[in-house]
Amino acid sequence: MSLERRAAMAALVANRGDLLVVPGLGSTTWDLAAAGDDPRNFYLWGAMGGAAMIGLGLALAQPDKRVAVVTGDGEMLMGLGSLATIGVKRPGNLAVIVFDNGVYGETGMQPSHTQGGVDLMAVASACGFVDACDVRDDVGLEDLAGRLKTFTEPLFARVRIVADDPPRVLPLRDGVELKNRFRAALGVEA
Amino acid sequence: MSASVEWPDRLYATLKRAGVRQVAYVPDAGHSRLIERCRADNDIHDVALTTEEEGVALAAGAWLGGDRAALLMQSSGLGNCINMLSLARTCRFPMLMFITMRGEWEEFNPWQVPMGSIVDPVLKLCEAEVYRASNTDEVEGAAERAVQHAFGDERIAAVLLSQQLIGKKVWTK
Repeated sequence: MSLERRAAMAALVANRGDLLVVPGLGSTTWDLAAAGDDPRNFYLWGAMGGAAMIGLGLALAQPDKRVAVVTGDGEMLMGLGSLATIGVKRPGNLAVIVFDNGVYGETGMQPSHTQGGVDLMAVASACGFVDACDVRDDVGLEDLAGRLKTFTEPLFARVRIVADDPPRVLPLRDGVELKNRFRAALGVEA
Repeated sequence: MSASVEWPDRLYATLKRAGVRQVAYVPDAGHSRLIERCRADNDIHDVALTTEEEGVALAAGAWLGGDRAALLMQSSGLGNCINMLSLARTCRFPMLMFITMRGEWEEFNPWQVPMGSIVDPVLKLCEAEVYRASNTDEVEGAAERAVQHAFGDERIAAVLLSQQLIGKKVWTK
């Protein structure tokens, strides 16, 4: 069974509290925008392969807040080494969530390596994410949304989503403004 | 202490004065002493990377959260960063880079030359401000200017630490 991506993102951020969210280039950025704008979203219109590491830098800088990177399988595959880097650094406030549909939605639904047999759960476990969960249904999704409020070890989740391509919902794309409003929302020095 | 081992300590002092809290690196012989100093410092998160471009993304995330970061790499590592530096240019993230040079002076390994020889123009194409230190006395001044440019202007600044400064790699024992 697979989940609908927009509903999955909406469920994860519905009662987000202090959660800081970094989506990946492409569909997860549109999913997060569709769930409702927030200055504590740092939408990525580029930087493919970098979402998880942006999350790590942010998590280390803000140890009292939880950070969720929510990205796609293609974006994660481009930054696979970052799972090893995060696994070694072990930030207790960083969750890496991969919406896995086995295709590159942004470029025309070409198959990704996860469809070809690469298991991102196994990769994350091998990299030291002790807390790794495989989300396939609404019960699992609710469980993950709850854990985003309480986790204290690096968390990895694979969310199996339908390979569809819902209409794009485009957020702000001025990078400087995205950066400045994010920092202002956190109250960090200008 | 000889001049050849003093410059990493001067760089470390500059990073501390600048309030740098995250230091990312791929292990590098030229940076080994500075990396050791950072690893021993409880106020600095040292982050070992699998590839240098991870460090660019890390530094962006650090700045989003209010931390200053520095990236330590070898000249070859710059090549791994190019596309990710678009993140810094688009969003104007501070990017403070210390690059140990290979392939430019008494280099034994010709495979280091292609990337080493284009570090300066590539950085300039990426809109980075480039500073060079060829001897110990130039290190601190170059580093201070890079710190100001990176964090004051939210731009990319790179200090090239020349192979003459670092010393020749010994290939036979």
